Amino acid sequence: MAVVATERTQSHPGRTGSVRHRPRRVRPIRLRRVGRLTYLSLTAVVFFSAFPLYWSVVVASLDNSAMGRVPPPLLPGGHLVENIQRVFTTVPFGLALINSLVVAATITVSVVLTSTLTGFAFAKLRFRGRSGLYLAVIATMMVPTQLGIIPLYLLMVKLGLTGTLYAVIAPSLVSAFGVFFMTQYLAQAVPTELLEAGRVDGCTTWGLFWHVILPIARPAAAVLGMLTFMNAWNDFFWPLVVLTPENPTVQVALSGIASGYVTDYALTLTGTALATVPLVVVFALLGRHIIRGIMQGAIKG
Amino acid sequence: MRTWLHRLDVKASPYAYVTPFFVVFAALGAFPLAYTAWVSLHRWSLLASDHEFTGLANYRALLADGFFWNALANTASIWVLSTVPQLVFALLLAHILNNRLRGETFWRTGILLPNITSVVAVAVIFGQLFGRDYGLVNWVLSLFGAGYVDWQAGTASSQIAISAMVIWRWTGYNALIYLAAMQAVPHSLHEAAMLDGASSLQRLVKITIPAIRPTIIFTVIVSTIGGMQLLAEPLVFGTGGLTGGSDRQFQTLSLYLYEVGFGRFDFGYASATAWIMFLIIVLASAVNYLVVRRIRSA
Repeated sequence: MAVVATERTQSHPGRTGSVRHRPRRVRPIRLRRVGRLTYLSLTAVVFFSAFPLYWSVVVASLDNSAMGRVPPPLLPGGHLVENIQRVFTTVPFGLALINSLVVAATITVSVVLTSTLTGFAFAKLRFRGRSGLYLAVIATMMVPTQLGIIPLYLLMVKLGLTGTLYAVIAPSLVSAFGVFFMTQYLAQAVPTELLEAGRVDGCTTWGLFWHVILPIARPAAAVLGMLTFMNAWNDFFWPLVVLTPENPTVQVALSGIASGYVTDYALTLTGTALATVPLVVVFALLGRHIIRGIMQGAIKG
Repeated sequence: MRTWLHRLDVKASPYAYVTPFFVVFAALGAFPLAYTAWVSLHRWSLLASDHEFTGLANYRALLADGFFWNALANTASIWVLSTVPQLVFALLLAHILNNRLRGETFWRTGILLPNITSVVAVAVIFGQLFGRDYGLVNWVLSLFGAGYVDWQAGTASSQIAISAMVIWRWTGYNALIYLAAMQAVPHSLHEAAMLDGASSLQRLVKITIPAIRPTIIFTVIVSTIGGMQLLAEPLVFGTGGLTGGSDRQFQTLSLYLYEVGFGRFDFGYASATAWIMFLIIVLASAVNYLVVRRIRSA
């Protein structure tokens, strides 16, 4: 088997040419054929992963009286449009969607920029206190900043920012994980000789960042951007604390619909589907990059 | 002049690059965390303008507070109920994905799908699935002749429902983390074991798990921190109630913090709760560090 694998590797010399592709390792074990049982169990897992989301769409298209049927309806009904209209009249859902988009986009741009800048300095520049500061970043990565939620709230009250998007955005403008992620990436992706050559040619540090680092950082920045956007879109605790039901993000609006003595399932699950579907579409298109990012982060983490 | 500028650029500019991050982080990340300790030493409410210094009174009250211990116990039991099955499933799943598969990307994308769903959405959907009257779970159980369960009412049943949300959302993510670690395990080990006739399960238990032990411990710690943050699940499952069920049967620490801080606006007491949660996380991370170091040196 090993011979077969070696031949495969050698027959694709072009594959190992580019810098980003790791040379194909010889993996005889992966050539073993897997049985049907493997695919069957994977199918079952993916079914269970997707079913609750499918179910939210089914309930979103029913009226509430259909919910009590036995057996439960497993196919979508015809009330989707009506339910969507009800969501938009019950809570300011349009505003919530726009708010979430503004919040997530601002945070994403800021996190990617600051992380790339800081990561560049940590990975490729020499300065006093570098290792100490980097250690501080790593140490804080494990602590959820929401434990500081009380002083943060007091601060926003003092600044008169409660109820505004500024209050939601500000604490998330930078991310320790982002800095860690970009530092790790740039340390291995940017050859130091390239920077030295730039220096010899009279490039300033900013010139190096602009002409050398940024182009190389692009794939990692894209992955970090997607992860950051999803986290910001899904964030709940802090927006719930600092925003009002009149000016919510999607998650806050959603929790608002879901509260109450009698739960209107058709309504709440329509809201859920509306809040989730955009993300699922983005994920379906870009998922493999996100997966690569998570797995790369895992190896170094 | 030019050499002077160059020297300034090389010596000083690195600080300019890290400054934006550290300024924002110090002001809105580190400072609030530290200030929480200060607030926790006071009687501090939103409306009163003076904040009486009370020393450790909040902590003493907290340690005598039945609701706090109840929330801590619930957090612990939900953590066990969710973490153990989650990590076992994730290990098995990663082991399967570590084969040569057709449609690799499809499977990976499929199992990560729950993770991009927001916690609120997960809680809403599972709240419906675990509903007493129209819930799908009860309907499936009734097919097997079981009676209808009022999931929200019981301690065990409500915590199982909440754990199911956590398991659903995080199993695929952890499987990918394990898969990344498994791909770094030398294949010669597996090859040798196969020549000796080891089964797939034997290879998982005897080779893979020992080799990726640091990663497993890492995921245990991450899930500890995640468990400390469980808020949306019990909040939405209890249809917006801050107590986590009528008997507080599924109130977590985060939810208790929220109830004290933003239901009663008792900021001093809530800060003491936050600080205790912080200590638990530090303790868990320290244990993690020591265990990993022992494994590395062993």
